[in-house]
Amino acid sequence: MNPKNPVEPNPSQPPLIRGGADSALPLIRGCWRGFEPNEQPATKPLSTLDPWQELKRFTSARIALGRVGSSLPTREVLDFGIAHAMARDAVHLPLDADALEAGIQSLGFTTLRVHSKAQNRQTYLLRPDFGRSLDDESKQHLPTRKSSASIDLLFVIGDGLSALAIQRHAAPLLAEIQNCIPAAWKVGPVVIAEQARVALADEIGEIMGAHMVAILIGERPGLSSPDSLGIYLTYAPRVGRIDAERNCISNVRPQGLHYAAAAKKLVWLAQEAMELKLTGVALNDESEVREVLANNT
Amino acid sequence: MAYQHSVCAATYLFSSLKEVMAKAAPARSGDFLAGVAAETYAERMAARMCLATIPLKHFLEELLIPYEADEVSRLIVDSHDTRAFAEISHLTVGDFRNWLLSDAADSAALKRIAPGITPEMAAAVSKLMRNQDLILVAAKCRVVTAFRDTIGLPGRLSSRLQPNHPTDDAQGIAASMLDGLLYGAGDAVIGINPASDSLPALMQLYDLVDEVINQYNIPTQSCILTHVTNQIKLMEKSAPVDLVFQSIAGTEQANKGFGINLEILREAQQAALSLRRGTVGNNVMYFETGQGSALSANAHHGIDQQTCEARAYAVARHFSPLLTNTVVGFIGPEYLFDGKQIIRAGLEDHFCGKLLGVPMGCDVCYTNHAEVDQDDMDTLMTLLANAGVTYIMGVPGADDIMLNYQTTSFHDILYLRKLLGLHAAPEFEKWLMTMHIMDGKGQVLPVTQNHGMLTNMPRKLLPPP
Repeated sequence: MNPKNPVEPNPSQPPLIRGGADSALPLIRGCWRGFEPNEQPATKPLSTLDPWQELKRFTSARIALGRVGSSLPTREVLDFGIAHAMARDAVHLPLDADALEAGIQSLGFTTLRVHSKAQNRQTYLLRPDFGRSLDDESKQHLPTRKSSASIDLLFVIGDGLSALAIQRHAAPLLAEIQNCIPAAWKVGPVVIAEQARVALADEIGEIMGAHMVAILIGERPGLSSPDSLGIYLTYAPRVGRIDAERNCISNVRPQGLHYAAAAKKLVWLAQEAMELKLTGVALNDESEVREVLANNT
Repeated sequence: MAYQHSVCAATYLFSSLKEVMAKAAPARSGDFLAGVAAETYAERMAARMCLATIPLKHFLEELLIPYEADEVSRLIVDSHDTRAFAEISHLTVGDFRNWLLSDAADSAALKRIAPGITPEMAAAVSKLMRNQDLILVAAKCRVVTAFRDTIGLPGRLSSRLQPNHPTDDAQGIAASMLDGLLYGAGDAVIGINPASDSLPALMQLYDLVDEVINQYNIPTQSCILTHVTNQIKLMEKSAPVDLVFQSIAGTEQANKGFGINLEILREAQQAALSLRRGTVGNNVMYFETGQGSALSANAHHGIDQQTCEARAYAVARHFSPLLTNTVVGFIGPEYLFDGKQIIRAGLEDHFCGKLLGVPMGCDVCYTNHAEVDQDDMDTLMTLLANAGVTYIMGVPGADDIMLNYQTTSFHDILYLRKLLGLHAAPEFEKWLMTMHIMDGKGQVLPVTQNHGMLTNMPRKLLPPP
């Protein structure tokens, strides 16, 4: 048994296949059984084990991997390979926008679909600037300031660098946000944006005349986190806003920051932003501090 | 000035030296993004042919960024050694390549002329060189530095032990550190990228690494890769700072984006020197660079990304660092798209650094949105080890869980040493043998539960097994 893969695969869960829209949550470091060398008990093992296995409880780094000669054992080559494959798929498998849209509509939201100027993934990766502006068609069919007057907080869902992240987490996260957002706030339609970078939300928010925009977007996949979602909140969105004018909530996923905690954090930030009429470095995230204070009084 | 070159019945015009250089550069996404790349294959070759005819002397007259406008330009001009340059001052860029590959350019000659070479000359000649040329010439360059051990001697390959942890957890860092030491890594530096930039948290990291180095009496040095101004403040608070780290770039404006200038680096160097913590040498600086950093700060002045990168080595050279490495695949596919571009860039950076006299290492690495995988990393690290790269990174299983990218592993370093008969720094190698981690041939020894490294770990860090 590979000590790094203590989790037995659950046969009732389908393997992650194209799109990965099912809710199976593969723990990258434990979603497969591990390669077991087919060695006779009497023969000397081919690989040298490292006797500091117990140090693994202090870190998720790939320590104590053992060696064959001085190279990686087959088990570890394959373990790394599956993690990289998941991350690559997260970047390249296209968003199933229909399924996402249906999931969001079932929460009671109306939806809109837009596309950035990057027509495909290759262009998206090579031209970050294209991912930050809408294509002409999207620009024309978005409701303008007049027709969508006074949206308080507009939600944009963007694929970013991991369509897998929003496919899995955007709808459940929105459901949690619904639970804690002020009832008086007008949120407007949820905009689903393909081939999107963070700043695309500035243009969308500006056209629709929203007071604030929050984009839920797939983060750059790490080897052990292919489906990490980030939230960027911007007050008074307009083209040309810089990153220092946003607040970010990162690593939203069941193995990282949970939906409910992320939703609470976002709503706290949004309420403060509404009060201060700004987002960014001037708005520090003190939501946890406040919560502690509130619980103590 | 304007340049033109006619080839195959077409005449190509270039308005400036920086345009010739940019269009002569091998194709890469960052130069297309900046709009400075050649538009056709033929234009690229015409630019190379044109570049080959330009005298090296001309690079001292036509500056890519004016002297008045940029302190890196001023540093390059003011520190240029005309006596060292005399030996090659009659050459064109094309003949400079010929000379570098000739037997006349041995290690001693290359060392002699290094202070006479400007970064732009190095970048220019690299654009006329194939990968094998970059490897062969770099392998002839000798750049030796020292602090608690000696880095860059022939036949040696050093490594940075990089025991990062996403929350700077002391036990997590210590576990990775022990893992690396038991695999023979860490002779270049034990260097941590901290998640936090709070001074008390950073102070704890300094104390942690210092304690491990003292506990086992390791002939190596530590570094916490936070902003240089934090390191200055911590030295004022008597933190045990061995090496001072900073990311640097090739233009004043890009350095401003990093929150630094030459004066701040000078101040940090002086502070570190005054601590006198080195035992066999006094190279106290550690720099990181990478193609694309100037463009991403919109501070490239229309210069191609590889030439901007070479200018960063002029900054590095000025502060006599122990170590400098290009983080070649970290920046993303909009600058270096795939394995081919990353491999080429890694070889160029290493060559230019070494030619200028910088102790050049390489973070052979990639992110998951680039068209690269472990096979490309194997190719680049094997080529660089043949080119005499000073050091590479060592991360458990090649997976940096704090920076979320893949770099080289402890196993990779052992592979290169075994394949090419390379050794760790001499002082460190002796220590590895004393500690029964390696034998005299560089073979890792089997470790048992009662190995001294496991039983003597500082108690507060890790309980004994």
